[in-house]
Amino acid sequence: MADEALFQFLHNELIQYVYKSAEHGEMENGRCITKLENMGFRVGQGLIERFTRDTARFKDELDVMKFVCKDFWTSVFKKQIDNLRTNHQGIYVLQDNKFRLLTQLSTGKQYLEHAPKYLAFTCGLVRGGLANLGVKSIVTAEVSVMPACKFQVMIQKM
Amino acid sequence: MSRQSNRTTESKKMLWYLPFISASASMHRMNSELFTLTYGALVTQLCKDYENDEEVNKQLDKMGYNIGVRLIEDFLARSSVGRCHDFRETADVIAKVAFKMYLGITPSVTNWSPAGDEFSLILESNPLVDFVELPDNHSTLVYSNLLCGVLRGALEMVQMAVDVRFAQDTLRGDNVTEIRMKFIKRIEENLPAGDE
Repeated sequence: MADEALFQFLHNELIQYVYKSAEHGEMENGRCITKLENMGFRVGQGLIERFTRDTARFKDELDVMKFVCKDFWTSVFKKQIDNLRTNHQGIYVLQDNKFRLLTQLSTGKQYLEHAPKYLAFTCGLVRGGLANLGVKSIVTAEVSVMPACKFQVMIQKM
Repeated sequence: MSRQSNRTTESKKMLWYLPFISASASMHRMNSELFTLTYGALVTQLCKDYENDEEVNKQLDKMGYNIGVRLIEDFLARSSVGRCHDFRETADVIAKVAFKMYLGITPSVTNWSPAGDEFSLILESNPLVDFVELPDNHSTLVYSNLLCGVLRGALEMVQMAVDVRFAQDTLRGDNVTEIRMKFIKRIEENLPAGDE
């Protein structure tokens, strides 16, 4: 068992590093987000392989999403997703009212402009996890008041 | 710190205990694979970004240092460990409390130099390398170099300048993973009166 503080500090260093290397190379914000997201993707792939070792095969897409909201979220962020909504046409909105990586940052509008940096990795995490369960998706995140945030998952039909 | 006053020299024999698990402390436990995999993703990215392993080692050490500087606060707040009186005690705290708390392992402390300013931490298992194989073209990469930075940064914040490096690494075919720590000097600081 690793300690949570360790991961949070490492996650911060990840962000620091990506944005620092961007200063020299004139990389714009979008590229940094992509870089973080890609790292998350790889980690998500690995994690989901470990987590689903003993689970039964999922029935359908919704089943997969429920697993991500409950078990996956619990083992990574120590809590479940607070609210899952879907339009039944391949769009899911996962709402976390107290997102682990934002709780240390602020509880309000302060530092709002920095929030995307702290969500990019997790977007990748979800996308990578889903990818290895055979669900191709695009995951974006939005924050209006920290530490609550919404992850939107758009399923891409193969 | 009032706690030191009732410490005697016998405290060297004292067994260190992990902090009492409070309701909130169990919340600190997280899936360790997340940390391991994230670290792996970071090293992979660094290897892409930099031409040679030396540069990657340097970056990992630098990041570790930044983490250590912050981690020490977390550690002191949660472990209720007071000031150490000598380097041996420091070694004990690092191995028995800090490593246990953050990585769930207890390295053994061995190979003391006669002067008592150098020792080795022997890691039976290294959680950072759980899913790792080093490719041949990265023979000089010190994969877990982040740990050196963490130790250096954390100790610097408690007025100790130390030199930390990997002497052996199972990833490179050694039997054990060995971190060698050398005490360089005490960092002097001007304490306000009555704060001793």
